[in-house]
Amino acid sequence: MEYLAYGAFFLTIAMTYALICLGLNVQWGQTGLFNVGVAAFVGAGAYTSGLFTTPAVVDRLGGFDLPIWVGWIAAALVGGVLSFLVGALTIRMRTDYLAITTFGIAITLQLAFQNLEGLTGGVFGMSFIPRAFGDLQGRSIAFNLSNFALAAAMVFAVYLLLQHLMRSPWGRLLRAVREDETAAQSMGKNPVSLRLQAFVLGGAIMGLAGAVQAHFIGFIAPGNYLPMMTFQVWAMLIVGGSGNNRGAILGAVLVWAIWALSGSIISEIFPADQQARAASLQIVVIGVMLCLILLWRPQGILPEARTSSRHLGKRPDKGPKP
Amino acid sequence: MSLLRLRDFSAGYETDLPIVKHVDMDISRGEAVCILGPNGAGKSTLIKAIAGQVRCLGGSVHLADDDITNAPSHALARRGLGFVPQTENIFTQMTIRENMQIAAELLPKARRADQMQRLFDMFPDLKARPNTLAGALSGGQRQMLAAARALLTVPEVLILDEPSAGLSPKLVGQVFETLRQIRAAGVTLVLVEQNVRAALDLTERAVVLVDGRLAHDGPTDVLRDGKLLGELFLGSRHAEVVA
Amino acid sequence: MSPQVLIDGIIAGSTIGLGAIGLTLTYSILRFANFTHGDFLAWGAYLTLTVSGFLGGLLAGLGIGDPLGPFSFGWGLPVSLLAGMALTVLLTLGLDKVLFGRLRRRGADAIIIVMASFGASMALRSLLEFIFTANPAYFTRELQIAQKIGMGMRATPDQMLTVGLTAVLVIALHVFVTRSSTGRAMRAVSENPGLAGVYGLDVQQVIRVTWIIGAALACVAGVMSGLLVQIRPYMGFDLLLPLFAAAILGGIGSIPGAMLGGLIIGLAEAVTVQVVGAEWRAGVAFVVLVLVLILRPSGLFGRRV
Repeated sequence: MEYLAYGAFFLTIAMTYALICLGLNVQWGQTGLFNVGVAAFVGAGAYTSGLFTTPAVVDRLGGFDLPIWVGWIAAALVGGVLSFLVGALTIRMRTDYLAITTFGIAITLQLAFQNLEGLTGGVFGMSFIPRAFGDLQGRSIAFNLSNFALAAAMVFAVYLLLQHLMRSPWGRLLRAVREDETAAQSMGKNPVSLRLQAFVLGGAIMGLAGAVQAHFIGFIAPGNYLPMMTFQVWAMLIVGGSGNNRGAILGAVLVWAIWALSGSIISEIFPADQQARAASLQIVVIGVMLCLILLWRPQGILPEARTSSRHLGKRPDKGPKP
Repeated sequence: MSLLRLRDFSAGYETDLPIVKHVDMDISRGEAVCILGPNGAGKSTLIKAIAGQVRCLGGSVHLADDDITNAPSHALARRGLGFVPQTENIFTQMTIRENMQIAAELLPKARRADQMQRLFDMFPDLKARPNTLAGALSGGQRQMLAAARALLTVPEVLILDEPSAGLSPKLVGQVFETLRQIRAAGVTLVLVEQNVRAALDLTERAVVLVDGRLAHDGPTDVLRDGKLLGELFLGSRHAEVVA
Repeated sequence: MSPQVLIDGIIAGSTIGLGAIGLTLTYSILRFANFTHGDFLAWGAYLTLTVSGFLGGLLAGLGIGDPLGPFSFGWGLPVSLLAGMALTVLLTLGLDKVLFGRLRRRGADAIIIVMASFGASMALRSLLEFIFTANPAYFTRELQIAQKIGMGMRATPDQMLTVGLTAVLVIALHVFVTRSSTGRAMRAVSENPGLAGVYGLDVQQVIRVTWIIGAALACVAGVMSGLLVQIRPYMGFDLLLPLFAAAILGGIGSIPGAMLGGLIIGLAEAVTVQVVGAEWRAGVAFVVLVLVLILRPSGLFGRRV
């Protein structure tokens, strides 16, 4: 029975990652925007929702004790607004400026989570974030299963929304812009504004995902939103198959499983005092895996249907490159 | 024996989509050849593939005895194949002299200064201001610098991609005058040119490509009245091409 | 504000500037934002530390292990630095061979190579943590006394040495790139790699030279930072944002620009530490980056974006 509870717990976390992955897939898979600050957008959502929904506390602002769904909406909004600001600044420039800027915002927000004690609770973070189905907490199987159902439903809803959007004229335009900007431009479409829209949508989904995760775990701290998280989510999307929403979900479950499994193997093999050190091997493995996939199977396990993404460099080269 | 030899040569940007198809061609030392054809016939692709800018998908190219199929462009330059691309053919953020110096690196040290002097003498416009940024030059002067750079290394064959494209009629005249000088110096020339009449006047042999295939190969004088060319280019494009 | 801010800023800025030069060169010649560059600094420091560990005992045995003059280190460090630079160069050339070079040849977009560099960066950093643990390490345990250098400022001999070394390296490199034929070739490839081949330049060779210069400077910067502060697996990662900000502020491809950008970021950090508080130091580079992107995206000496 414990296994069932653990399984549900594991899958719920995987679902929250799947949600982040779906957001990233809008930005990268559909639009070709490289966001190196995923953790910032997830963290911003988590903290926003925490601020709105936790009970009143003395030593920090907020604690408005609002319902969870208000927190979710606020988190998505904040994720979207943050993406809009970053995107408006950099999307018209060369592609890697967005990467550098999002990397910067991740570091800066991480700093803000840590230092703005009056808002975020500082290094101790926020606790008593209301959990969905909180009254079931005593019965771990029921609690975990109902939370899993909720998270899975969220993933499914976002998945349906994205599938619908990607089949819409808007989605086709987005891919047109990704594949051939000049052609799209000549059709009278503004690629900058389209990309920005996609970036904001992706950021809002990440914000929402952050809130969902926070309300499941019930506690957040700056250490949850390290560059590590960004890296994990990227590995998930690339393994699963960028451009493919089902791939994004599959990748999230798979990489999270590899992560959890390798973590427990390490805790079995290594003595307690060496475990922190051994845990860094997990990251090495995921990093090497990411590079190998980019080298050998850039389309991931479930490749994008219809158009193969030109930006993955699959097609034979046009003339010798350096 | 021919200097440049193409056998069953196919080339293009994508493996399954050759633009140039099964071309056989022999160019002898000292010859001047223009490559003609309607838009999209694959003229530029052909010479870019010879110059290592586009992948050869089948067949072979030889320069004298050496197989240069799919050789990297720097190796071709060192081997004596000079190529002048149609656009972006000079380093605009460097001075005229620096452009020449980069090319001169291919020569033995002892010959560099003399050879640069010789080329500067041939192009007085460039000689007048060697320290000007190449990006500040006019369109015609840019083509001159590009040609001067290519000639500096004394190539066995010089290949030019539409040297007069985008220039005013007066500058076109200048460019062809320069090409005539180069021709007179005995350099083997291969050029793609939209300006058919000027190209026919400059060269003695024309190769016509239609839809990536060799449609005609022979002396230029039979093409000069435009009738045969018109037939080759398929009627409607006749006027556009010969104008 | 005390005038000490100036000297603190210049010292920190020297490390950032040296690192940023390598980054800006790879950025303009290989045409991608290399997220592993910060880790080259850390690897440079650890590789040097490893060599100096072997060497230390040897030199002490020979009786020449004592600190040199006013400095905190003996002959072991400069010798190990040379070895460390060579090893860091091997590391980058190896990484280019197995990863970046393959992606380039396949014709992958720059952004895919950026992503690969991001993955490699995580792996390299964590590998350092696995081998050397997260605990800080030091080149030397000698204590250095800061000396008065005028106008109320103080600096240790080590600090003054690193600033001097930076100045020498930057001037030498600037002369090399503007005067030598290799430098000319580097500028040519940075402007148009395809045309460089047509001119007869071997682009692969230029790329190798770029890695060599970038890696060697990264190692020096890492060792300087390790000498003045400490060596940690995350030292390069923490420097990465300042490096990017300095390279963009200076204008991608500009060596003097990267150095000046580094100094400006170093000074801005020193001022922030004193005025706002040390806990916000890591955010300074981001603020500078955003300001540059808003006001002058091509940077101080930049040609194009």
